[in-house]
This record gives sequence, structure tokens and C-alpha cells, in this order.
Amino acid sequence: MIQRFPVAGEDFSAAGEASSKIKNILRQVGEDAELIRRVCIAAYEAEMNLVIHAGGGEMILKLDTDMVEVIAQDRGPGIPDVELAMQEGYSTASDLAREMGFGAGMGMANMKRCASEMLIDTEVGKGTTVTLRFKTGKN
Amino acid sequence: MEPRYHSVILDEDKCKGCTNCIKRCPTEAIRVRNGRAFILTERCIDCGECIRICENHAKRAIGDDLDQAISFPYRVALPAPSLYAQFRRELTPKDLNKALIRLGFHEVAEVAAAAELTTVAIREYLKDLDRLPKPMISSACPVVVRLIQMKYPTLIPHLIPVEAPYITAARLAREKVCRERGLRPEEVGLFFLAPCPAKITEVKTDTGQVPLINGVIPISSVYGRLQQAMAHIDEDCSDGGSTTTGVGVGWARTGGENIALAQENVLAVDGIHNVLELLEEIELEHLTDVDYIEALACPNGCVGGALTVENRFVARVKIRKLAEKLDDSRIPDAVVEEGKRLYAAGKLTQKEELRPKAVLQLDNNLADAIRKMGELEEILAELPGMDCGSCGAPTCRSLAEDIVLGRAQRADCVFILREQINTLAQELLLLAKKRPQALKED
Repeated sequence: MIQRFPVAGEDFSAAGEASSKIKNILRQVGEDAELIRRVCIAAYEAEMNLVIHAGGGEMILKLDTDMVEVIAQDRGPGIPDVELAMQEGYSTASDLAREMGFGAGMGMANMKRCASEMLIDTEVGKGTTVTLRFKTGKN
Repeated sequence: MEPRYHSVILDEDKCKGCTNCIKRCPTEAIRVRNGRAFILTERCIDCGECIRICENHAKRAIGDDLDQAISFPYRVALPAPSLYAQFRRELTPKDLNKALIRLGFHEVAEVAAAAELTTVAIREYLKDLDRLPKPMISSACPVVVRLIQMKYPTLIPHLIPVEAPYITAARLAREKVCRERGLRPEEVGLFFLAPCPAKITEVKTDTGQVPLINGVIPISSVYGRLQQAMAHIDEDCSDGGSTTTGVGVGWARTGGENIALAQENVLAVDGIHNVLELLEEIELEHLTDVDYIEALACPNGCVGGALTVENRFVARVKIRKLAEKLDDSRIPDAVVEEGKRLYAAGKLTQKEELRPKAVLQLDNNLADAIRKMGELEEILAELPGMDCGSCGAPTCRSLAEDIVLGRAQRADCVFILREQINTLAQELLLLAKKRPQALKED
């Protein structure tokens, strides 16, 4: 099953809605609660990155019996130095985003912590695709 | 799904089949079928939102009656702290105790006094804060506990395993009366005067041999007789025998539990929809800098319970004033010592571990559930997305869910039905225009 959710850029009032919908879907299919929690924390961070950095984009949920996949896709500025972006505390969030309590530089680290596998495909000036994979079951 | 007992029921004669309650239900547990509301029992958490919203008073809670207490040789009343705020006249816990004795109870076990022991137990439990998931969540409100079991099972370890005040009050009262009066446990009738249907359900689903509480009387149903009894309390020579301070009384309204705890980094939330919002944030780990959350399903806390009488805003002020008058700044040393002793003896903590209640899933088999989810999304895309409720389900999404689960059909949607009729009408028109060749032209 594939489901797509558009995410608007800089719209902080609607931010988190896509992850919330993803959570409801996972709950309804009866995925393990702990898995849902991890997916949602990571999906929320990915969604916030679309809102804060990318001028919006799309969240895609792919469901299979052995795997939950969340993809955050955008046509934003891209990430020049992925390794740096992965470091805890590093952030390029705007002052506005920081004032609102975002941009602590934990987003990418949180995604990595929660997902079984995290892939980043990015090109400066073209956009970024973050793929988060979560193995279902007890491993 | 196993059938569950619920105190919230529908009065079929009064229900007009409107859609007010289905839209208000936080767990989407109500549908309209055959012109009447219908509760999906496994999803109901007895929050009482439907009782509050129904203008026809078709939803109510079944509780016990005062007269049922008479069959017990020794009768103990357990007044909820919110009861102090229900009367127009200013009253003290002593006044209320006297009125309860006049109604035929032998003794009063103040839930407010037990709330002070609960407070001490929570303080003791929170001393280990570093080893606890943050924030911890109060388990005083049974609706919040059930909501977490159903929708946020990962937050179960956040629920503080300290018994709610009315449970502690009942347990200690039965022990005390049996000890002091030499009675057998079954000779003592404990009756809780409750502000909400959730507590009725909680008591009724208790499966102990000697029930913890023998009956739950809604505040709204005993109100009139208490009012009458209150008129004569000045004739009584007893002093009412109250031990509660303002700390326990304060628990009746939102924020009272936190005031009692006297901890920093606490937060209070009330209203079931606000609680839902906050639980989402907690699950996303956004509130790890908060130590403790007082979460109450009813607006303004227990004084806003669906079985109370007084306006909840007025009641809230009354509770604050009474709590201040009785001193809500500190729990007496003797009570603190008693609380610590009982806590150490394990008498204030929950006996049973809470388990998740998985009632929201489409299928027990993951592969089938995913397939059904795909179908659900396809159906949802065809629906108008107006969430009008005319089909009897609260949202288009819940109708799609009902269709997938075989509980409803596409044509239940009035817009789809209209489209289908339109298509049919056009086909009819086309057919009507086809003139058999044998006929003459007009």
C-alpha cells in the first residue's frame, strides 16, 4: 500500500499533520506500538525538515508486511555536507524556526536513531529524498 | 471483540438520530443506525462527551440508587471531592458529612482525605525521577487511562501506578470499619458518590470477590435528597468528623493535583480533546522536559464531570475558595507519615498491570490489515470529504473504515447515492427516448 501526503513549506500550524495521519494508518493496520512510536518520531522530524528547510514537499508511506517505509521528498536547496548535517546540534534553521523552538539540530540524528535504515539522496539546488526504513517484527 | 460493560447507555425513545454525539466522540465509537445512535462498545471509554452534547438527553449513565445501600448492615459513603462544590450554599466537608449521615449512612470516608495519601504516594514514586520515563502521567482519571490503553499503548509506562483517591478511600475504609467494628467485609456497603460515568464503569468491571466498592451513585441523582438533608444539619450535635484539608479538596478541579504535589516542571490539561492533543506531543517525545502531567478528561476537572449539577466554572471557583479556606498549602505531618507508611507497605499502588487494548485495527492479520487499509484509502478518495455525518459515521474516513469492515456500504453516503440516482435517471431518459421501430413518429 502506498499513500502520499503533500507538505506545505513554512506552514508551522499544519506541520506534523502528515506524520499524524501516518500514525493513524499504522495504528489501524495494527503495527506494533513501539514500532509506530519510532516511525512517528522519525516521520515528524522528516516532515519538519520539509517545512523548515525545503519549502515543502511530499511524504510517502509504503506499507508491507515486513517493512514500513517513510520517504520525505523535496525540491529544496539540497544538503551540501550530509555528514555535517547528521551531527547532533548542527542546524541551518532560520531564526523564525528557532524562535518557534525548532532547529535544535537533533532532527537527522533522531531519524537515524529511530529507523532501521536511513538513506539520503541529495543534490544541491535540486532537492533531497530521505528514505526511512523500519523492519517490522521483533528484530 | 469481547463485550465490555459500559455505564453510558442510550435511551432509544429519546434519541432522534441526529449526528451531534457521533461528531463529538473522541474515539469515534458512535454510529447512527436505523435512526438511533449506536455505541461500538469496544471503543467506548465512558468519557461522557455524548451525555454532555445530547440535547435530547438520550445518553445517560446507569448508576446505583441510594436505596440499594439499605440492604447492608453497615453503610459507608465515599463523597467525591467535587461534591463539595455542587450546592448553592457555602458548605464545608463537615456539613456534607452530616447530611450524608442523615441520608442513612453510618460513616463517611472522605475521598478528599484519601487524595492526600495519594499525593504522598505520588511524591514518593517521583523521587526516582531519573529512572522514570518522562513525563509521568497521572492515573487519577480513568478515561485518560483507558484512552492511553487504546490509542497510546507506548505511553502505558508513563502512567503513574498509584491508585486513584476513590479506590484508596474504599480500600482503607473497608479495612478500618471491619477492624474497628468487628464486621465481616461483606457486611460493609461502600457507596461512592461519583461525578462521572467512567468511575461507575471502573467500579462495575471490578472482578474481586468482595467488591472494592458496592455501588456508585451519580452525584446528580443524590443531589436532591442531599439538598433536603442539608436543611437540617444545624440540628445535629455531631461535629461531622472531617479530616480532609484543602489539599485533598483541591483535587476536584484541574490543577489541584499539581498544587497538592508541590513539584516543579508539572503541567495540567483538561478536556478530552485537549488531552488527546497533548498525548500526541508526549508520544513524539516533545515534552521530555516536563516531569509530571495531570490530565483530566472533563473540562475544569472532576467538577466538570458529566454527572455533576453545578456549572463547572462556578464549581471550580467554589473548590478553590474552599481549598484555600481549609489550607491547601501543606499536608499535615501525621498524614504524610501515614501516607509514607502505606506506600512502603504497597497499599497505595496499583495491583494489576495495565495492558494495551487493541481495538482500532482493521484485521488481526497484518497482511490482511494492510490490504484493507489500501481499500479504505481507495474508498476514501471517492467520498466527498465533507464529514457531514449523514451516513451515520462521524467522518468520511470512518465510513470508509465501516465499508471495509462490512459495517456499511458506499450508498450510505448521500452524495454517492445522489450520483448513482443521477446516473440511473440519465440511463432511464436515454432508454425512454429509444422509440420502438414499429411505432409511428410523433
